Amino acid sequence: MLYTNDAYTPFEVEVVEFIQEHHDIFTIRLKFTDPAIDSKYFFRPGQFNMIYLYGVGEVAISIVNDRNHQPGRFEHTIQVVGRITKGMAKLKAGDKVGIRGPFGTAWPMEEAKGKDVIIVTGGLGNAPLVAATEEVLKNRKQYGKLRVLHGIRTSDLLIYEDMYTRWNNSPETKVYMATSNAEPVDNGKWTWGKGFVTNFIPELGVDYANSIVMCVGPEPMMIGVAKSFIAAGVKPENVYISLERSMKCAIGHCGHCQLGAQFVCKDGAVYPYPACEELLKVKGL
Amino acid sequence: MSHYYFLPHQRIDDMLSALKSDGYKCVAPRYHDGSIGYDDLNKSSELPWGYHDAQAPGHYEVTKTEHKHAFGFTLPTTSVKPMLFKAKENVWKVARNDEGKLAFEPIVEFEKIAVFGVRPCDLRGIEIQDRVFMENSYNDVRYVKRRENQFLIAMNCTKSHSNCFCTALGDSPFADKGFDLAMTELNDEGFVVEVGSEKGRVLLDTLNLAAASGGQAQAALSRIEAAAEAQTKTLPPIKEVEAKLMANLEHPQWDDIASRCLSCGSCTQVCPTCFCHTERDEPNVLGTETNHTREWDSCFSIDHSYTHGDTYREDTKYRYRQWLTHKFSTWRDQFRTKGCVGCGRCVTWCPVKIDVVDEINAICK
Ligand SMILES: Cc1cc2nc3c(=O)[nH]c(=O)nc-3n(C[C@H](O)[C@H](O)[C@H](O)COP(=O)(O)OP(=O)(O)OC[C@H]3O[C@@H](n4cnc5c(N)ncnc54)[C@H](O)[C@@H]3O)c2cc1C
Ligand code: SF4
Ligand code: SF4
Ligand code: FES
Repeated sequence: MLYTNDAYTPFEVEVVEFIQEHHDIFTIRLKFTDPAIDSKYFFRPGQFNMIYLYGVGEVAISIVNDRNHQPGRFEHTIQVVGRITKGMAKLKAGDKVGIRGPFGTAWPMEEAKGKDVIIVTGGLGNAPLVAATEEVLKNRKQYGKLRVLHGIRTSDLLIYEDMYTRWNNSPETKVYMATSNAEPVDNGKWTWGKGFVTNFIPELGVDYANSIVMCVGPEPMMIGVAKSFIAAGVKPENVYISLERSMKCAIGHCGHCQLGAQFVCKDGAVYPYPACEELLKVKGL
Repeated sequence: MSHYYFLPHQRIDDMLSALKSDGYKCVAPRYHDGSIGYDDLNKSSELPWGYHDAQAPGHYEVTKTEHKHAFGFTLPTTSVKPMLFKAKENVWKVARNDEGKLAFEPIVEFEKIAVFGVRPCDLRGIEIQDRVFMENSYNDVRYVKRRENQFLIAMNCTKSHSNCFCTALGDSPFADKGFDLAMTELNDEGFVVEVGSEKGRVLLDTLNLAAASGGQAQAALSRIEAAAEAQTKTLPPIKEVEAKLMANLEHPQWDDIASRCLSCGSCTQVCPTCFCHTERDEPNVLGTETNHTREWDSCFSIDHSYTHGDTYREDTKYRYRQWLTHKFSTWRDQFRTKGCVGCGRCVTWCPVKIDVVDEINAICK
């Protein structure tokens, strides 16, 4: 994490663009107002920031790399669920917010080299994996095949469609999109798939024994995905998921994110599946 | 030849003056409204002379006796924790100007404090919290500054109350480290004093104390041993407790405890080691400045595990299990130490008399 003398105090950033992705999902593109801070800030795919809204408070949000690959810019895609995210939905270009970060563990980009990479996401779980996908595409020759699987409840919830189209047209890359309800954008306009992400397992054309899976979505979905890919031949230690718990501090002090002995904010949020498989089985841990 | 010194009761004020001239504010256990807790100390007469306490599950009582000792009670109701990690404080503030520009500023308040009379369990509590707030991947600068400006005078126990169980954890009522000076009170006389740091030695030198006699040093040790022997609670070896608790997450005893526990969180509020907190914004009415506060929280509060997707510990059973397994098991994995010092406060202040030692024994037998 970027910090001078106090890990609790945020740094000022400016909203350079506000993008409404869907009626309750938006993206803010940000830059640090102090160039000295900007030059020290860098994140690894999978890490998150604490974003502070003036007078309201802080929330943990995954970091998305800039869509224009512009240096000194990064993005956050946020779903409106409660007090703070509701307030953030009213931000506009030029507004200032606070940032502390980056925090947490990252996707295994090194371990994935030389392997086929399978990205599996559900709902807004795609945001934390955009940076990892771009990282593979940027260093294309170092990785095997890339498969991006995304599941949404209803077809109108699709965000980042341009990005998916670009990825789908990239070398050795294929995007698989599934929805359990295509109706909202149907009338022949929904060109992506139907059903659940795991339905695609037989047709991915990858070497499962030499694949790495990175998955984010609701917890039951991640557990289901992990089990299905392990059954298909992926080594359990090559399946990674990212957990969500209540986070107030992100620095291992507030105790809220505990899961057994884990502080999800610093020992996670990205975990190899075997490291949290047993913990996730215990109700109320 | 003895490395023990003797501070007669009449000379406590000299020690307080020496601390004050070094710039310290003195704090000590004091009697107030039926209980003994830490408060500012100006002169030795303010100490709780003659007071004794009786503690049992859900029970605390203070009585005045004719004894001429200042530390005849067991331990204060509060630990040293609130002096380092405050129950509530502003950690930073942010000003917003007309253009919406945000100026963040950390708030780091500290003062030089000398604590006169810290029980050995509370000293260990400080060591445990050090690992959270100043020996961790990120430090809390406020905690660090307060620790650096603290002078600790340990007071070995010469009595145990019936909820004390430091010996069951393999510790003892004897302060072995983490202090500047350590003292043991001899009835009606004064204190046998031991030096624990350079800072402590420098202060003691200014007082020109006589060495304690062999008899005094021996008497001090016997009094501490008597306090240890007075403890009646037992636990299996701590490593065994740590392993068994996590291996018994579905034990029926958790349901049994849940039928009694009120989930009030008193146990976490009085505990010297609990570090959980929440953060909140307190904006001024003009909308030009906000204080960002940090306030103690508890794993017994429903908000503790709340997220938009799920409240992970909805039931009391899961919250009590979080508390007990954290204190007595997962703390080791997180901080390479145990999470409990056996002070017994959580037992004393439990309104429904839940005794953590009994619960552990029920699960680990
Ligand atoms: C590592 C991590 C990455 C995340 N990435 C994203 C992201 O990229 N996009 C996105 O939209 N959301 C993300 N979330 C979830 C986001 O943090 C919550 O939706 C947000 O905290 C809700 O705040 P609120 O005040 O609007 O909701 P309220 O329901 O009013 O919540 C009140 C408080 O509870 C806590 N809280 C509530 N829900 C969550 C939650 N799901 N996770 C953690 N704390 C919570 C927060 O402290 C919040 O301030 C992430 C969470 C974590 C832990
Ligand atoms: S858990 Fe109870 S006995 Fe142990 S340190 Fe905390 S208050 Fe004291
Ligand atoms: S989780 Fe509970 S027991 Fe552990 S430090 Fe926090 S309040 Fe104390
Ligand atoms: S978020 Fe505070 S300890 Fe993890």
